[in-house]
Amino acid sequence: MTTAVGTLPGTTAATLESADPKPIIEPRSEFDIDISGTVGKPFVDNPKMQSRNCNVFYDDKQAIFDIDLDIGKNEIIALIGPSGCGKSTYLRVFNRMNDTIPICRVTGEHTLDGQDIYAKDQDPVLLRARVGMVFQKPNPFPKSIYDNVAYGARLHGLASNRSELDDLVEASLIKAGLFSEVKDDLQKPGTGLSGGQQQRLCIARAIAVDPEVILMDEPTSALDPIATAVIEELMDDLKTNYTIAIVTHSMQQAARVSQRTAYFHLGKLVEVNDTNQVFTNPEHKLTENYITGRFG
Amino acid sequence: MEIGQHISQRYNQELEDIRSQVLKMGGLVEGQAEGAVKALLERDGDLAKTISKQDYKVNKMEVDIDEECARVIARRQPTASDLRLVIAVVKVITDLERVGDEAAKIASYSIKLAEKKTVTQMYAELEHLSQLVLNMLHDALDAFARLDVEQSLTVISLEKKINTEFNNLSRLLITHMMEDPRHIKNVLRITWCARSLERIGDHSRNICEYVVYLVKGKDIRHTKIDEVLPEYFPDDDEI
Repeated sequence: MTTAVGTLPGTTAATLESADPKPIIEPRSEFDIDISGTVGKPFVDNPKMQSRNCNVFYDDKQAIFDIDLDIGKNEIIALIGPSGCGKSTYLRVFNRMNDTIPICRVTGEHTLDGQDIYAKDQDPVLLRARVGMVFQKPNPFPKSIYDNVAYGARLHGLASNRSELDDLVEASLIKAGLFSEVKDDLQKPGTGLSGGQQQRLCIARAIAVDPEVILMDEPTSALDPIATAVIEELMDDLKTNYTIAIVTHSMQQAARVSQRTAYFHLGKLVEVNDTNQVFTNPEHKLTENYITGRFG
Repeated sequence: MEIGQHISQRYNQELEDIRSQVLKMGGLVEGQAEGAVKALLERDGDLAKTISKQDYKVNKMEVDIDEECARVIARRQPTASDLRLVIAVVKVITDLERVGDEAAKIASYSIKLAEKKTVTQMYAELEHLSQLVLNMLHDALDAFARLDVEQSLTVISLEKKINTEFNNLSRLLITHMMEDPRHIKNVLRITWCARSLERIGDHSRNICEYVVYLVKGKDIRHTKIDEVLPEYFPDDDEI
């Protein structure tokens, strides 16, 4: 490594390579390990959303294989797994975000409070009002902070006059823990906020339409530890009123915020258990390997 | 259950270092206990003094390993079996340090006892108890080294036997004291040595409980050994 520090431009690639040799990765042993079914407790007593025999295909390539899972009422469930394991794809099944991808096909039964969310008469826009989503990169609309939060409420006609809308915006910003920081700047553009504030603005926007479930796809991966802590604290508050499913690459985050953890591998749901158990004594070898940072 | 195989070679090394340090400490403590028993039974005052002086080495190892564990927790945030390893190690070394203390106690009584010639007749029973306890300690350390749950459960089940031996010996020693009150002082010293041996047995059992926790993730402390098998390992063929 010491040679690399003083390297001048023009140094050959060979010297750089020898200075920082790639670790030898041992052959992956995943194919020796049985992942035919899910171990642990995929079902709960009071499910908010249920998924049975879920399969997702992109054209003829299958991304998700036969997943059965319940998301319990007022729980935070964390979906973890290596990149490309299908956890984000699976999360998007729950508010039909995959409908927006033409080549994507979802099969199986999916319900919200027992109602089929893929029924022919189910309007996906109304579904997404009940099952909100927060993405990895904060994506405020190029509008004012106020309009960002009021957008969904206007769309769904949730407020009958200006003062009701004001109240709704304020209440949503308070719930998202952002109000005290922006109360004097509501007409300023949402894009002018810091990353952490923008993400909380997106959460406020999701909350404003009074959803029952919030799906979060790596909501803090672009944020610093303080902003992350604020959002995690917020999730803990939100869980009294909402059900939350979060996809995260940070295992510490899954351990901190969730009650149950689901481990995905190659499109299959390998293990679902109480978070306490998953991080102290996981049932499946693959879960153990993943969370302890081992090969395979 | 394996320690290696992490993507980070360095992490493997850190955990392996901790484990080998514990084994080293175990060897040291076992040597202290054996030395103390030898000094007691062979009335070797010089050996007793050496053992007594060496206790600081055990204490130092405990502090060092504790520090290393804290470092790994802070830097690596171990999970699952790695977490259990670190927790088990922190507990094992606490018990090992106590075994070291008990050995030092036996050694310090042995210094006094080596000067007296009067009380040799009860040494046969003491020898028997010492052998049982030293074997138990050895097997406990061996179970930790090999992460052997089966052997751990065997060691845990020995505790009853040790208690019976200790009670028998106590009765015998009381009889001696009643027979000749001039012996009370020395017989009490022997009683305390026996008590220390019995404590070493308890610590060995604790170590084995941590081995079960480490390997199986089940906490079997404060559970009777007869209840452990059906309750925690209902359909385990390995055991």
